[in-house]
Amino acid sequence: MAAERQLDGVREGDTAGVVDVVVVGAGPAGLAAAVEAATAGARVVVLDDQPRPGGQYWRQGPAGPGRYHHDRAGWDRLAEGLRGQVAAGRVDHRPDHQVWRLDGPGDGPGDGHRGALVVVHAVTGGRGADGEVPVTLRARAVVVATGAHDRVLPFPGWELPGVLTPGAVQALLKEHGVVAGRRVVVGGSGPFLLPVATALLQAGAQVPALVEAGDGRGWLRGWRGLAAGTDRLGEAAGYAAVLARHRVRPRLRHAVVAAHGNDRVEAVTVARLDAGGAIVPGSGRQVAADTVAVGWGFTARVDLALQAGAVAVPSPDGGTAVAADPFGRTAVPGVLVAGELLGVGGAPLAVLTGRLAGTAAAAHALGRPVPPPAAVADLLRRRRRATAFAHTLATAHPVPPGWPGWLDDATVVCRCEEVRLGRLHEAIDVLGATDPRTAKLLTRTGMGWCQGRSCAEATSTLVAVRCGTAPEPGWNVRPVAVPLTLDALAAGDDDPS
Amino acid sequence: MTADRPDGARFSFDGSPVPFTPGQSVGAALWASGVRSWRSTRHEGRPRGLFCGIGVCFDCLLTVDGRADQRACVTPARPGLDVRTQVGSGSDGG
Repeated sequence: MAAERQLDGVREGDTAGVVDVVVVGAGPAGLAAAVEAATAGARVVVLDDQPRPGGQYWRQGPAGPGRYHHDRAGWDRLAEGLRGQVAAGRVDHRPDHQVWRLDGPGDGPGDGHRGALVVVHAVTGGRGADGEVPVTLRARAVVVATGAHDRVLPFPGWELPGVLTPGAVQALLKEHGVVAGRRVVVGGSGPFLLPVATALLQAGAQVPALVEAGDGRGWLRGWRGLAAGTDRLGEAAGYAAVLARHRVRPRLRHAVVAAHGNDRVEAVTVARLDAGGAIVPGSGRQVAADTVAVGWGFTARVDLALQAGAVAVPSPDGGTAVAADPFGRTAVPGVLVAGELLGVGGAPLAVLTGRLAGTAAAAHALGRPVPPPAAVADLLRRRRRATAFAHTLATAHPVPPGWPGWLDDATVVCRCEEVRLGRLHEAIDVLGATDPRTAKLLTRTGMGWCQGRSCAEATSTLVAVRCGTAPEPGWNVRPVAVPLTLDALAAGDDDPS
Repeated sequence: MTADRPDGARFSFDGSPVPFTPGQSVGAALWASGVRSWRSTRHEGRPRGLFCGIGVCFDCLLTVDGRADQRACVTPARPGLDVRTQVGSGSDGG
């Protein structure tokens, strides 16, 4: 296929054009990658499932960044870079595009002297009354910067309305101007709980309990590390001041172990954890709440990269990351990853990895070598430091290994298919399942609408605990990364190659 | 929570008007109006509403202008939308 350098050649519905670099995701990593690749001379298309750029970290309403926006200077820099490249015609930013499949170059058509192309399948529209429109792009290089979502673990009552993720609380506030509740219990593990609790207090909500499963030694160490290269130690001090002003004292080595209510949450049980994360007997205490936000760090959205043939590796936080070199290049030529897919590390690290991936993606697309180490020494050094810190933070906020003991047989594990733990255990004890795939086939756990995003990691652990084996990273990669209408799927499959 | 503004934009939820501000999702507007659930599950008929809030978990499905299985958290609120509670799969028999 002829190399088509006109952006006009890659309009929606057109499958003829070839793009230098497609960036999936417009969060910190994706925006940095797009601006860097465009600066290096590549034509870039950014596909993002949000209506506005910024991702989860720089989430904003239609009026732009609001009161709860973090690192305003960092955002302004990237936003200005994006505006400049869009105005120059080098970046085509397409919001409301959901990428559902990435085919590595082994599966796609060739591009003459430049080698095989990566094929990006997306849909746009489909929110509300309009139908989905398929969009297929061919790219010389793709940067997957799909970020992360809250890591959740099942606990008794977590399916009750009013139990949210911390990310949902932030999205309601930052994008929609809605305070999630009047009395909001915040729990789980990780530094993200602090801005969530703080924003709720500033917005007028009560926080009757803020509970962190870690022992706190990691908190200060973690925030010191976060300060590397940014002003985030000051940010942490700001949270501490707000919490103190509202007389909210974080309780360490505690967890929300159950939610109670009939048709909505009315209270939670907060319990003390022992060193292994098991509930200290008799320590449970009920706390009245109309809303609960519980999260355990973040789960990277690795599906697209793994579909394309990249390799899954365990990340230091116990989740799944994508194997890549310091430029974000995976085992698949032309497929790069940036940001949380390299191991969850937050926005400052995501920007660094995005810049490196953007540089390398442009080099790949334009048939040039990547810059010599000396040319990117500063980026590489800052990336190393921030990565080391991310590892420290991840190990300071582990998921308490004892969490499966908080569940009983009636606890819902799979929210979509309403599979309770008892059925999962039956599949193992009676039907002989010894791995999450078999347990899934027998119980439908992880087969519902969310495709296991909410429960796959937990299911893997629960099966491993019951069978005495080790959890498998990346076991639940689906051929289609977002639920599609059959029409869109058929149109995507029709794609000539 | 968002105040009820008599002259503001509204959509219809099971026949009742729900106010919203520009840029709000259907789910956020319902939440701001005190509605916590708008779906009952297929097997057990249990109430569900927002959970992840960012389009990942598909718990907040409802029916918008006759189309079932729309995620409330990422569906932009628009004046006059006909939003309805979803029972079961929302597409039984179809």
